[in-house]
This record gives sequence, structure tokens and C-alpha cells, in this order.
Amino acid sequence: MTELATYNFAYLDEQTKRMIRRAILKAIAIPGYQVPFASREMPMPYGWGTGGVQVTASIIGPEDVLKVIDQGADDTTNAVSIRAFFQKVANVAVTTHTKDATIIQTRHRIPEQQLEKGQVLVYQVPIPEPLRFLEPRETETRKMHALEEYGLMHVKLYEDIARHGRISTTYAYPVKVAGRYVMDPSPTPKFDNPKMHMSEALQLFGAGREKRIYAVPPYTDVVSLDFEDYPFEIQKFEQPCALCGAQGVYLDEVVLDDKGGRMFVCSDTDHCEDRREHGHAGEMLAPAKEAAE
Amino acid sequence: MNIKTQALSGGFQEPVFHSQGVFRMLMDGMARPGTVHTIAMDIGQPEPLGQAAGAIALTLCDHDTPTWLSAGLLKSPAAEWIGFHTGAPITREKAESRFAFVEAGVAPSSFGLFAAGTQEYPDRSTTLVIEIGALGQGQALTLKGPGIQQTTTVKLKGLPEVFPRLWADNRALFPRGVDVILTAGKSLLCLPRTTQIAVQ
Ligand SMILES: [Zn+2]
Repeated sequence: MTELATYNFAYLDEQTKRMIRRAILKAIAIPGYQVPFASREMPMPYGWGTGGVQVTASIIGPEDVLKVIDQGADDTTNAVSIRAFFQKVANVAVTTHTKDATIIQTRHRIPEQQLEKGQVLVYQVPIPEPLRFLEPRETETRKMHALEEYGLMHVKLYEDIARHGRISTTYAYPVKVAGRYVMDPSPTPKFDNPKMHMSEALQLFGAGREKRIYAVPPYTDVVSLDFEDYPFEIQKFEQPCALCGAQGVYLDEVVLDDKGGRMFVCSDTDHCEDRREHGHAGEMLAPAKEAAE
Repeated sequence: MNIKTQALSGGFQEPVFHSQGVFRMLMDGMARPGTVHTIAMDIGQPEPLGQAAGAIALTLCDHDTPTWLSAGLLKSPAAEWIGFHTGAPITREKAESRFAFVEAGVAPSSFGLFAAGTQEYPDRSTTLVIEIGALGQGQALTLKGPGIQQTTTVKLKGLPEVFPRLWADNRALFPRGVDVILTAGKSLLCLPRTTQIAVQ
């Protein structure tokens, strides 16, 4: 990271920021449409969220408070590195608390706590094109979006039903934005899709390697594709979080020992910690609490 | 002050932070159509360019954004001011402009000649910055669309009478179309192409 010695505020040069800012404004004006932009080299490899990092770098100011999550956690290497990067190049305040953040950069999750007006959620996107697995040629997928030709996507989902008795897609589940563009919500679990609908926060998506930016404005319809006889459903978990007892949240499986012991805990670590601080306890913590009494 | 000095004076005192601040107002404005934002910093822009309009030029324009100016702006020191501070080439072709600035009291007869983008690339379109009399007073309009919870009311003074009709034509092109930023002195308000306008 020695090349950072003579960086501009937030690392990117002003001309690059202007170009990305113009792309962001067009992305907001055409919800769900992928705006091409001239992605820059960042001092981190692709796959580390260079698209999201460039979006964040173009919008962030000295007054912002930044939170970075990776699969819901604030403490993974990826999240820690990106947070440290912005502390260094923009000298901004950082937080792990969802409610305190003005900008939240995320990889693969939407926080459990409902986002509020004024907050911006920046997604790191690996593959922005929801039609790519159906059609490898960019010229063709662009034409499909232009003509609103989404029949193939429905055929694919319906083949799923024929094969599995249900739609088997659980991540990057396609959505239709503002009744027009089919959009890839990035590899978030479909559990998070309903949170995108009519969100009070602005949602921005950056794909670095694929050079695309797209957006969902606040209070915008985001509908998961489905069929009348097979309506969209989110994942349901049989038990609450083992640490905080939360229900109706997205859980990760944690292996406890080599004898098959395992538990399910909140993927959103801030949400889980906040609940525990407020006295909530799941079954893994409850016995310890009783013993102390 | 002669025309030359006027063109060279002003600009953002702290370009990096001021352009970031103005951009965030624009981002919030596009994300919440109809919300009024105020540019506080003095940028010394020459008449008839307004303060908010000038700040938008400083924030978004550069040598990659051919910029079109209405007749009054074109023959004023504002043209040279924009050129000097942003590097944007001033174009007479509406269709090739990425930004267009319109002084107060001039009604565009049509948006048709500005770039609306293509069906494949609807982002390749002009953003018009139109100066009007005042935001927050005058004729009441109801806005609806993405970024607006149900509906919102805006009051606009000096909006060209033809505007709602031009806007309806623009809406019909979606996803193609122009986006508009209305300015009045220090204030601005955004109308992305998704916004529906009804006269109350
Ligand atoms: Zn928990």
C-alpha cells in the first residue's frame, strides 16, 4: 500500500470521482439499469469489492460515518481492510452500528435493522448482469433489457420448479425494479430481497471488474420474480439465533466440534451483539446465565 | 470588473470538499425528487448564471461533458467562466450535450433536440439545469414516482407554462429521456425522468 503516499482525498482523483458521480446520478434516474463506467485500478484485487469501494470513494465526505460488512460481519479480513482503507484515505469516522452509519458498504447481506432516510447502502457486486447465465453476449443482454425481453428468465425459473418442485435459487435472486428493469441484487440471500422494496435508504451497486453502476432510489418497488402458483418465499429458519434468541433473521450455521455439534447464529453480527447487550439470550447463552444466578 | 477577470474569478474555494458536498445534495435530490437543497458557498459566478447552477457546473462538468448554454448565458461571461473552471467544451449542438444550462425566463420549446439516450444506453442523455424564479413558492405541483413515498407537493415560481406538457412527453420515452435540475438562486430541486408531474 506504499503507493498511497500521494493520494487525493478518498484515494480517487477528482476527474474519476466526477465520472463516477455522473454515472451514479444517471443510475438513480433509471432505477435498475446498469450504467457503464470507466472502472479504475484500486490498491486491492478484484473480488475485494473494488466497484463498491469506488462508489463509496466518490460519495464519501468528512462528515460521513462508515460501516463495512462482509456476509453480515464487521470483522472479516475484507471488511476490516476496506474500513481501514477509508480511515486512512478519507479520515472518516467508522462504526459497526448500523443505526449510526451514514454509508454502509456491504458484501452479500443487508443489515437486519431497518435502514433509514439519509442512509446509503453500497453493494459490492461481482456479476451485475442478471441475464448473463442465460446469454453470455453483452450486446444480446443489453438488447434484452432494451426490449424488456425477460421471458427467458421466467423460463429458467419455471424449469427450476419443474425440476425441484420450487424455485431453487437462494442467492442473487432476480428482482424487477420500478416495474421495468430486471436486476441482480448481488449475491445476497433471497431472505434479504424484501428489504430492498420501498427501502427508506438509497441503494447503490458497484461492479468493478464488470464496470457497471446501478441503483435503487428510496421508496421504489423491488419485486422478486415469481409465478402466481409459485409465489416468492424467503428462507425460514426453524430455530432462533443460539446466541441472542432472534427470530425472523438470517442465520449462519456454525460447527462447534467434530462430533457434529453445530448451532445457528445471526449472520448480522452487529444485530446479534446489540440484542445481547439489551439482555436477550439464546439457548447457548441462557444456561450460563442461569448458572450465574 | 471586466469580462475577462470575471471569467477567471470565483470557483470553489475548496474544490475537493465543496464538490463532494454539492454532489451529495444532487445525489440526495435525485434520490428524493422534489426536495429542495441549498448551496451555501459563494462561488462568484457571473450573471445570469445562478449560484446553484454554477455549483452544479463546477461539480459535474469537465472536458468529457460537452455543455450547451441558452442564448443569454452563451453571450455572457458565464460561458467563459464555465469553460475556464470546468474545462467543459461549450457546444451549440443540443444532441451532443451532456449538460445544458438555461437562464431564467427562457422556456425550452421542446426537450426533443437534447440527447435522450438510446434504448440500449438510456444514460447517454442530457441533464438540463433550468433556472426559474423561485422554489418553494408559486404554482403547486404534485410529484410521484421512485424516491417519493406516495406523493409530494412542490411549489415552483416562474416554471415555463409549457413545462408539464414537455415533461409528459419526456416521461413517455422512458427509459430514454432527459433529467432536469431546477435551480433558483442558491436552491435546487431534481426531477429525474421517472418523476410524474401533475398540476394541482
Ligand atoms: Zn443473534
